[in-house]
Amino acid sequence: MAKVIEGLYYSESHEYVRVDGDYGYIGITDYAQQALGNVVYVDMPEVDDDVTAGEEFGAVESVKAASDLNAPVSGTVVEVNDALEDQPELLNQDAYENWIIKVELSDKAELESLMDAGAYEAFCNKS
Amino acid sequence: MMYKYFPHTADDLQSMLKAVGADSLDALYSDIPADVRFRGDYDLPSEMSELEVRQLFEQLGRQNRQLVCFAGDGVYDHYTPAVIPDLLARSEFLTSYTPYQAEVSQGTLHYIFEYQSMMTALTGMDISNASMYDGTTAAAEAMMMAVNAGKKQSKVLVSATVDPKVVAAMQTYADGLGITIEMIDEHDGATSLTDFGRRLTAGGVAGVMVAQPNRYGIVEDYTGFADVAHSLKALFMMHCVAADLAVLKTPGEWGADIACGDGQSLGIPMQFGGPYVGFLCCTEKLLRKMPGRIVGMTSDNRGQRAFVLTLQAREQHIRRQKATSNICSNQSLMALFVTVYLSLMGRQGLKEAAMLGYDGAHYLCDQLLQTGHFSLAFDRPFFNEFCLVCDKDIDALQQYCAEAGYMAGVKTGDNMLMLAVTERRSKEETDRLVSLINEYMNTL
Repeated sequence: MAKVIEGLYYSESHEYVRVDGDYGYIGITDYAQQALGNVVYVDMPEVDDDVTAGEEFGAVESVKAASDLNAPVSGTVVEVNDALEDQPELLNQDAYENWIIKVELSDKAELESLMDAGAYEAFCNKS
Repeated sequence: MMYKYFPHTADDLQSMLKAVGADSLDALYSDIPADVRFRGDYDLPSEMSELEVRQLFEQLGRQNRQLVCFAGDGVYDHYTPAVIPDLLARSEFLTSYTPYQAEVSQGTLHYIFEYQSMMTALTGMDISNASMYDGTTAAAEAMMMAVNAGKKQSKVLVSATVDPKVVAAMQTYADGLGITIEMIDEHDGATSLTDFGRRLTAGGVAGVMVAQPNRYGIVEDYTGFADVAHSLKALFMMHCVAADLAVLKTPGEWGADIACGDGQSLGIPMQFGGPYVGFLCCTEKLLRKMPGRIVGMTSDNRGQRAFVLTLQAREQHIRRQKATSNICSNQSLMALFVTVYLSLMGRQGLKEAAMLGYDGAHYLCDQLLQTGHFSLAFDRPFFNEFCLVCDKDIDALQQYCAEAGYMAGVKTGDNMLMLAVTERRSKEETDRLVSLINEYMNTL
């Protein structure tokens, strides 16, 4: 059973946002890391890059697939999780603990179109 | 009706059609819209026997004239050591296709790994892929890498001193991908750094492509180019003549992000345009943007050295439209060719062969200038190829030399002749060319 955490916002493409004031930590869910298998590479944007809700901002590569990362919300990248460069497997170890990018949110209203923990869990069970 | 190369009999066809539930072969193609189907007779001549085919080709062959080659323009008459065609004729090499169950073909993967290792050494770059089809498409792939690696920039600058044939191939790919190619001005046969800087600061540039040596045989000074490109987040790419890199400053030393070009100059015969082999090398940072096959070395579960196709998550069969390119193959046999060539020649031999061409070209140039009928087109250093201005009819001059068995260069402008010399050209041949040219000039 994939782990789902209360209080986070979830997208249908299995990314989450953890809101912290005007900022959001974005990463992939436990469901996603399980489906991918051993992550070997994370293709991340750079600080000051803009991300747009629904658009690709990077990719996660595992031994069997390369999956795009879709931004659940829009904003500007203020921090990138550099640890993932040398240790991409951290995403498998703990997907929620090891966020991928931190953005300054440009439109908090976008959070309303995302799922809460309960809805996301139901969504995962359906697929 | 039995055809020599089609194994199926009429009965075979009938039983196959029956198995799939089709009434006829036409019924099998019923999904193809009528308006794209060809209706009519094939305009094919009647068949020939093996004997007749042989006679036809022998007759065509007799029309060939073998000329002593002083022409270059991207393809060079270097010597092919005899052992290479001998090794390549082995059926394991000659007939095998690019492996898809790759790890079963350890021998193939092994030689590709050697090829990659040698190309990185030659270009001074970190990574090489398993090869591209040829130098022109390798340049197109480099362009696509730059655009893919860049953040939404879709413009690529190309120096006007890059071979127009290379630019044409890049343009073909650019058109389909919505990439804009902008040419950088040349000044006296070399890339204008000022114009380069100006176009770069205009913005939107993913990468810049230059040539070394350039289309005129000139060895350009690229000091500052990589830095300027990097300051504006554009990649610096160099299209090179492989064999010349044995002597010239390597793309790695120039700070290039991508090095590409054709490997024909590594002993592959000119053979009327191909097959040749393209090489594509890059920095470690761009590894995941590199298209094509990459062979890696690892160990198996018994600790034995093993070769694999690696980083396949880059490739189009996994990334689909997000991959840098749709290429999923390489030019294995020719990559093997140049690998054997490089291992036979070694660093020292490569250098010697290249310097023989350099010396020969400079000697030829001096001799021709001394005739008084030519002047140097550009006041720039050249390697084994150079351009001369000639105010006489170049076509007639070349015709005269051809009739005497010599190919006197390539005409590159109304009044411009480009000549190349390789290690295959002896001093006697060079002197003979000069005297032929003198003879012609004296008849005027």
